[in-house]
Amino acid sequence: MGSTATAKIVALPMVDKHADPEPVAVEVKASAAQMSAAEIPVPEPEPIPTVSLTKVFLGLLGYVTRERMITALLACISIGALFLFWYLGTKYRLEFYIRFKNVPTPYEVYQQLTLVGLSNKYLFNIAISVRRILLGFMIATIIGVPLGLAIGKYERVRDFFMPVVEIMRPIPAIAWVPMSIMLWPNNEASIVFITFIGAFFPILLNTIHGVHSLDGVLVRAARCLGASEIRLFMNVILPGSLPHIFTGLAVGMGVAWVSLIAAEMISGQFGVGYFTWEAYSLVDYPAIVLGMITIGVLGLACSGIIRMVGVLLMPWLAFAPGGRR
Amino acid sequence: MSMTMAETEVSKGFIDVRDMGVTFGANDNKVVAVDNVSLNVQPGEFVSLIGPSGCGKSTLLSIVAGFVKPTRGEALLDGKAITKPGSDRGVVFQQYSLFPWLSVRKNVEFGLKMAGVEQSKRNTTARALLDLAGLLSFENHYPDQLSGGMKQRIGIVRALATSPQVLLMDEPFGALDTQTRVVMQEILTNIWQQFRISVLFITHDIEESIFLSDRIYVMTARPGRIKAVIKVPLPRPRTAEMTDTPEFMNLVQELKGLIREESLAAMAPEIKDRGLSGFGMKVGPKGVGEIF
Repeated sequence: MGSTATAKIVALPMVDKHADPEPVAVEVKASAAQMSAAEIPVPEPEPIPTVSLTKVFLGLLGYVTRERMITALLACISIGALFLFWYLGTKYRLEFYIRFKNVPTPYEVYQQLTLVGLSNKYLFNIAISVRRILLGFMIATIIGVPLGLAIGKYERVRDFFMPVVEIMRPIPAIAWVPMSIMLWPNNEASIVFITFIGAFFPILLNTIHGVHSLDGVLVRAARCLGASEIRLFMNVILPGSLPHIFTGLAVGMGVAWVSLIAAEMISGQFGVGYFTWEAYSLVDYPAIVLGMITIGVLGLACSGIIRMVGVLLMPWLAFAPGGRR
Repeated sequence: MSMTMAETEVSKGFIDVRDMGVTFGANDNKVVAVDNVSLNVQPGEFVSLIGPSGCGKSTLLSIVAGFVKPTRGEALLDGKAITKPGSDRGVVFQQYSLFPWLSVRKNVEFGLKMAGVEQSKRNTTARALLDLAGLLSFENHYPDQLSGGMKQRIGIVRALATSPQVLLMDEPFGALDTQTRVVMQEILTNIWQQFRISVLFITHDIEESIFLSDRIYVMTARPGRIKAVIKVPLPRPRTAEMTDTPEFMNLVQELKGLIREESLAAMAPEIKDRGLSGFGMKVGPKGVGEIF
């Protein structure tokens, strides 16, 4: 850190005052020589930036943790309020248009969790649902992102695909259930297909939007720097659309869960949706709520993972105007 | 031996624009952006193109860059017709146009990466150029962490990284504040002095064009034609103090006179077309009164 700071100080006046038309390589050597010369008389150039950096870092850390504490506190309050409402509703058997008569208490659901929570059946259902989500979502991503990039970039590709997309898009994934059962050889494939349909359109449309919102000057700049068509795609259009693609992935994941649960409830064997619907058929009320909470937590975990991958893959967004979305 | 070396170097980077005409739209919506323009930039020369806004100077640069095809005439680089963008012409845009997802160093490396240069060599070149721009300590920052002046310095060295024969600059300092602008002009003359490549520089700032250029082409209001070519006899290297000399002031006056006519014409083409007193202070309340 200390040495790079010195390099900058040496470099700046050189650029301003240097007049001789010398090649760059010579310039760099000269700066290196001046740099080492400059470091000899100054005994300790290191600690100064380090100390200030540490201070800045600590200050930043303090600021962040305080912000985070408030965030965490508000989150606890809002979830706590939900549970409190549920608890009071079931405790006093609230009947004010909505009826809490048959709703299980939080404690009953907790008991159900301890009873069933570690059973193989429950965990197996979760595993099945997660596998379906991952398959459907992955296929949707693998097809949706490249297709979206191509549609966004090329007018002819757009003209060819968009009419079909526009017709298919308003059909909700649940409406695909009967057709899907007819179409696919087995139950598992048809459920994965419905999950795919749910995730596909948000991913596709957001990717197209990402390409369209990419600043044209960046494409022109890349062309001037000698980027071929394929390299333009890989080095400019894809990274430039990435923020929108991740918006699409997050939305797509949400819709994928909605579609999956609906499909499992209607046509399923196994899965969290099936677990919940089965509990209703068997008049096992606490299991219904357990199923619902399981779906909520799994959905949260999935979008959390997507957000985390997004942060890791797009570190520059932390500095973008407006900060992180 | 060294003579021939020098000759081959100097003979590269010759921009020749011949009888250029650009028309946008068709029939009723037809707009003649550029009309019958011929200009050239000699190898190693710094040439500015100055004119009122909307006179087609950016269109001309887009043609030389290879983004736009002319309706008439042709643009040549070293005798070869320009048909598409390429790394033999470095372009610096008014909008900073750095890739926000790449670090500063990776931005400078971009052109070399596209040319298939290996990582270690890219790294060395990029660091040398960043050192030249005084931004080596920011090599791992993202563009969004930097000020406008810093971004544009990176934009310039990024365009130079692939060793182009010419540098095309489209109002590169237009978005900067006056103080930064002046410093950037000095930095640019220094960089140009070291690289000695041909520059075609678009601006509407008179002082800027004089300070930087060997020659200045003045364009008319739309349709853009070449109104005058001014040679700038100021010695090199240019310094900030030169802007106070009488020679500099005289050139400013001369150019101001030329541009003023065109700016007025650009602002009030309707008035000019109706045959009223089109120029200077005569276009005032009286002129408007005649219309109503």
